[in-house]
Amino acid sequence: MSGTNDLYDPKQVAALDPETLDAARTEASAAFAGATTLEALTALKPAHLGDRSPVLTARREIGALPPQARSESGKRVNEVRQAIQAAYDERHAVLSAERDERVLAEEAVDVTLPGDRHARGSRHPLTQISERIADIFVGMGYEVAEGPEVESEWLNFDALNFLPDHPARTMQDTFHVEPPAARQVLRTHTSPVQIRTLLERDLPVWVVCPGRTFRTDELDATHTPVFHQVEGLAVDEGITMAHLKGTLDAFAQAMFGRESVTRLRPSFFPFTEPSAEVDVWFPEKRGGAGWVEWGGCGMVDPNVLRACGVDPDKYSGFAFGMGLERTLQFRNGLPDMRDMVEGDVRFTSAFAVEP
Amino acid sequence: MRVPVSWLLQHVDLPPDGVPSADAVGEALIRVGLEVEDVAPIPATTGPLVVGRVRSIEELTEYKKPIRYCRVDVGPEHGDTGGDAEGEGAGTRGIVCGATNFVEGDLVVVALPGAVLPGDFAIAARTTYGHVSDGMICALDELGLGDDHSGILVLPPGTADPGDDATALLGLDDAVLDIAVTPDRGYCLSVRGLARELACALDAPYGDPALLGHDLPAADGDAWPVRLEPESACRRFVARRVTDLDPTAPSPWWMRRRLLLCGVRPISLAVDVTNYVMLELGQPMHAYDASAVRGDIVVRRAAADEKITTLDDVQRALDPDDVVITDESGPIGLAGVMGGGPTEVGAGTSDVLLEAGVWDPPSVARTARRHRLPSEAARRYEREVDPAVARAATDRAAWLLAHYGGATVASGVTDEGPFSDPVPTPAPVLMALDLPDRVAGRRYERGAVVRRLSQIGCGVEVAAADPGDGGAAGLRATPPTWRPDLTRPADLVEEVLRLEGYDGIPSELPAAHPGTGLTLGQRRRRQVSRALADAGYDEVLPSPFVAPSVFDALGLDADDPRRRALRLANPLDADRALMATTLLPGLLDAVVRNVSRGLRDLALYQVGQVVRPGAEEPGSTNQAPVLPVDSRPDDAAIAEVLAGLPDQPLRVGAVLAGAWDRAGWWGPGRAADWADAIEAARLVGRVYGADLEVAADRHAPWHPGRCAALRLPDGTLVGHAGELHPKVLETLGLPARTCAMELELDRLPLVEVRPSPAVSPFPPVLLDVALVLDADVPAASVATALRDGGGDLLEDVRLFDVYTGAQVGEGKRSLAFALRLRAPDRTLTLEEASARRDAAVATAAERHGARLR
Repeated sequence: MSGTNDLYDPKQVAALDPETLDAARTEASAAFAGATTLEALTALKPAHLGDRSPVLTARREIGALPPQARSESGKRVNEVRQAIQAAYDERHAVLSAERDERVLAEEAVDVTLPGDRHARGSRHPLTQISERIADIFVGMGYEVAEGPEVESEWLNFDALNFLPDHPARTMQDTFHVEPPAARQVLRTHTSPVQIRTLLERDLPVWVVCPGRTFRTDELDATHTPVFHQVEGLAVDEGITMAHLKGTLDAFAQAMFGRESVTRLRPSFFPFTEPSAEVDVWFPEKRGGAGWVEWGGCGMVDPNVLRACGVDPDKYSGFAFGMGLERTLQFRNGLPDMRDMVEGDVRFTSAFAVEP
Repeated sequence: MRVPVSWLLQHVDLPPDGVPSADAVGEALIRVGLEVEDVAPIPATTGPLVVGRVRSIEELTEYKKPIRYCRVDVGPEHGDTGGDAEGEGAGTRGIVCGATNFVEGDLVVVALPGAVLPGDFAIAARTTYGHVSDGMICALDELGLGDDHSGILVLPPGTADPGDDATALLGLDDAVLDIAVTPDRGYCLSVRGLARELACALDAPYGDPALLGHDLPAADGDAWPVRLEPESACRRFVARRVTDLDPTAPSPWWMRRRLLLCGVRPISLAVDVTNYVMLELGQPMHAYDASAVRGDIVVRRAAADEKITTLDDVQRALDPDDVVITDESGPIGLAGVMGGGPTEVGAGTSDVLLEAGVWDPPSVARTARRHRLPSEAARRYEREVDPAVARAATDRAAWLLAHYGGATVASGVTDEGPFSDPVPTPAPVLMALDLPDRVAGRRYERGAVVRRLSQIGCGVEVAAADPGDGGAAGLRATPPTWRPDLTRPADLVEEVLRLEGYDGIPSELPAAHPGTGLTLGQRRRRQVSRALADAGYDEVLPSPFVAPSVFDALGLDADDPRRRALRLANPLDADRALMATTLLPGLLDAVVRNVSRGLRDLALYQVGQVVRPGAEEPGSTNQAPVLPVDSRPDDAAIAEVLAGLPDQPLRVGAVLAGAWDRAGWWGPGRAADWADAIEAARLVGRVYGADLEVAADRHAPWHPGRCAALRLPDGTLVGHAGELHPKVLETLGLPARTCAMELELDRLPLVEVRPSPAVSPFPPVLLDVALVLDADVPAASVATALRDGGGDLLEDVRLFDVYTGAQVGEGKRSLAFALRLRAPDRTLTLEEASARRDAAVATAAERHGARLR
């Protein structure tokens, strides 16, 4: 390359000749347009945009031009170079898109093929409903209390105001444990947990007690000797039956929806006075919305409070209990109680892992 | 108790236009607390149903069974003189009948052609057995009155005239209530009590059938000499004697009808009367054949070795706790439960001694249970019988026998016992007038409180202010003799609330005392359940009742503590009388059931308590202490009761069979194996933040070479996992290679706050080592050695390959570990890292003879 020469006419430098540059542009555009694959396009790049391409060769000549000529020539060369680059990019985009489309089409699979390499697990609906109920009450401020399944008769009966030899005791078809002198039973209800709670905890007490319970009913479509209950107990100052009703209504709405409400019918339990059966208004009842028997409840009998050392003149309380199997049976339309205990995986699987 | 609605309504004073329907009666009773299980109308009969008199009977003997052709007088307007009347008088019809329990002259019920009996049974004239049968003589069940089809219904003479409409006579327009009576309301096991409840529910006047007077000879002397021994705890013994009873006199139709509708089979006048009075007044009655009673009656506890033959012809050995009614021959009745056979009234009895006893409820309950005799009488005595009604009941029964059986009532009346006339008044109960308000959470009118308590039979006095109750106004209620359940203010409150209606109590959600949420243990248990389900396990809740044979099937040693199981005294299934000491039997049962239903790829789990009784201490009587119920027992007594309970640890168990990873279009599957079971156990450990250490163990029912013990770092055994013993699988019919794990959750640590780790941001150095060792060196021990040797900079050790073969030699194997080393404060150099690796390998070499491959 020669040195700076003021007399040097850019028009005389072949590489910088506008026609030459135009020709380079036209040629490049045509070449790029002719490329049908990305590989072919890439292969054309050095010839038109590479160091030895006409446009870059021209740019190198600019340095030798007189200063007044450089600007114009530089501008012209740059325009051409950008145009060629744009042509390249445009073609590249087109070819990339074409290639992507082809490759993605080739990679298509049958998305309906099964993907269950490993079986999903599931939790028993009784566990789920038990936790759900506990959560509803924990949300209100209650704590969850528990106790053993083999229980002392004092806790299961005596302290709950079941008198010895009273028919209320035989009403609860009890499993007794050997030897009889040990006075132990399989708990017939979760109510002994009420006694344990009152003996162990400081007042006030607001607890919910879910658990497994036992009665000597033969297993059939509607009975099972091993079943589950959830029990609620509140002992505080100034507790009324209106509070019991409000709590049951809130519970029912949490379980069965806003439309739900409870109804109390007078009944008898040794450990509550007054006592009531709880019916719940169940909108999805088979055959149309209606009342369904749900559980029992009442105001804690003063004798129970006394047996636990609680002053019935200062404190009062309410208690309620429901069968979880029964609740599932009407809520989920469960046809046969035996499904709960037989352990058929098809049964549990249907309930997945909620909550 | 079953009772016809009409019988209850008889004692409730209602205006003629205010008589409720049967359903309304049922609802009213439910509202005040009776469990009405059914309101069953007597099924409808339509068309002509008339009374007939059997005029003549012709036995048709050419058939295999007895068939009668009868001419029945059905009244002039229903008679049919045509057909094969053969000149019989007007007003008769020919009817073919297969029953033989009637004679000429008997009154029967005839359904004439056009009648439709219950069950859409249409009656039409038809030819049968060679005669035109122009109607049907009805049996009770055909009329919808019970299920008796032993013969046709024969009405007592004089009940009605031929041609009378039988529908009204039979009282077919009625309904039967089936009521489950709760144990506190013994008085409701009678029409007297139920009608009172109905009157309360309808707020209508009530007529007490016990107050019905009878024209009888005034009491004069004893009916029979009776002595009550104090140990008998007999409260009252009333007796009255009737003589010259016509033993063939039938019970009147109205009585038979009521007994039938109550589900009691009519037998004879004497028996029917005692049953009727029990249903009406709630007082169980017994009728003795007085001619069979020898000498004085003594009521006492049974002597040892004494026996009695009861009405049901069973000879029973008596217990010294049983109360018996005796004469000179010995026991003639099991008090409050059942009478004796030899003194039973029979077909020839004309001299009857009527007894109305009032017995000690617990004593009757024990006797009924001991002899498995849940009689109607016992059911009432257990729930307490009104001690004041015994005399009225005796008089009523005597009068009925006199009126319908032609008997003469003797003037003597025996009335013994602490509750004899005058019957002691129950203790009054003092209650603050506003107590019902405070319990219900609403205000009741003061008048309503007094009115309701009066309605149930209390004598009520209002006191302006009771100085003993902070000056609050109070009332003094004297409960009626039939309500022994009313002893405390709370009992009165319940009466007011239930009769005023629970619907009137507002619904008010209280603010609970703020709690602290689930305990850590409760949260962890949920997490265990969720983690296993997320890992692919399905939860099951099998029964905890097991057979002793299961321990043999599991291959447990004779002295294995898991054989020490709690035994049920009254199992449902005598073969499964034990409470499970491990979760495995239930889980394995579930596997067998699933496999039998064609489900082979199984991963099941259960979280639950098992029962682990301690070893019997020598000399221990296992006698529970007697704790009070009227005050809090002292802490030592409570502790003793709790200590007497068996251990009931919380466990988790899991079983695996079939494929863990399924085969599919992606390739082959993978069978569940011992490692999956151990991993499930370690997963549970991780939930508790515990890295369970795995070591080989031999523990039934696991495969001795594929069983791992899982321990906490401090050595505490938490449980076992692995593949089950092939012999166990074979015995229990389980799939080959079934695996299982069981852990005791109570042994896992509960750590509320886990310390935060210092996470180094510097890059790690990753180095692999392959070590050749004796094949029997456990991989876990080698990893531990590497970790110990590598020190703090060795962040992670992971086994990634196991090789056995010619290259490492016989009895050897190569274990390849990936080591990740990192410094907390700087970028670790390769030199430092290599030095740590060498130290790690050196420790493995020192402990286990490892050499670099």
